[in-house]
Amino acid sequence: MKCGVVVFPGSNCDHDLYHVLKHVMGLETRFVWHKEQELNDLDAVFLPGGFSYGDYLRTGAIARFSPVMNEVIRFAQKGGPVLGICNGFQILCESGLLPGALLRNRDLDFICKSVYIRVENTDTIFTGACQPGQVLKMPIAHGDGNFFVDQATLEELESRQQVLFRYCDHSGQVNEAVNPNGSLNNIAGICNRERNVVGMMPHPERAAEAVLGSEDGRFIFQSLVETALNAVS
Amino acid sequence: MQTFKAKIQIRLKSGILDPQGQTIAHALQSLGFSEVQAVRTGKLMELQLQAENRKAAEDVVKRACEKLLANPVTEEYHFEIAEAEEDVTV
Repeated sequence: MKCGVVVFPGSNCDHDLYHVLKHVMGLETRFVWHKEQELNDLDAVFLPGGFSYGDYLRTGAIARFSPVMNEVIRFAQKGGPVLGICNGFQILCESGLLPGALLRNRDLDFICKSVYIRVENTDTIFTGACQPGQVLKMPIAHGDGNFFVDQATLEELESRQQVLFRYCDHSGQVNEAVNPNGSLNNIAGICNRERNVVGMMPHPERAAEAVLGSEDGRFIFQSLVETALNAVS
Repeated sequence: MQTFKAKIQIRLKSGILDPQGQTIAHALQSLGFSEVQAVRTGKLMELQLQAENRKAAEDVVKRACEKLLANPVTEEYHFEIAEAEEDVTV
């Protein structure tokens, strides 16, 4: 299995992600410059966190038109696994691969802290190694993480089990008090209808080694590995 | 070809929380502007463009808004177009 980590001008979690995929998970991994237009050697594509194009206009709005994004969209439409983390999630929403948008945080703060998220659905390439209802601890670091979508689409996301993660407390209780940014229904991560494109605001790559205070992020990457192994067997 | 200037207003759709606007409203109220009841913020963009005529210029600006400048999920846009007196390119 070969992973690609896309590097946009202003990405800043690209090396963390590369490190975890290559050195922690032991997967063959390469960087993909945003001007590349050839992804045929890859089995999974990752859009990292950061501030692509300085977050100018809207988060992810300019990166969405980087040359590589045409290929990412084609890769996703063929069923290839795509994970967008933080700014990567914002770019996926701007590109239309995922529904909705990420607005300014409810309290206007840039929030950088560890949070708990509850795994709502394990039927995707990036959550298959989790247990339903499992509580994961990992950091968030964003100014625009307030997930918004119109009411009809929200109902569709819920009924199709496309909500993968919700902000919760340490015991898995979901309520407004533990909603850090005002996201509708405490949504921290979703997938597309075909379930191969996933976006999440929390950073699993910053919680994949014990020295960093949590290894829960590994479940996300382990899911991809197990999916690949199952496909082989 | 003629030169046109477009003023584009982009703002959050009504009903979408605008915490920046709320914060400004609170600040104004605490400064004694008790008349102020609410504030909504947005963006103003000015484009200079060349087009055959006003209709063509409007078409370009509309496409630019829909493709890049506004996010249809959260924002609405409104623009006005005027003929530029002279080329104001700096």
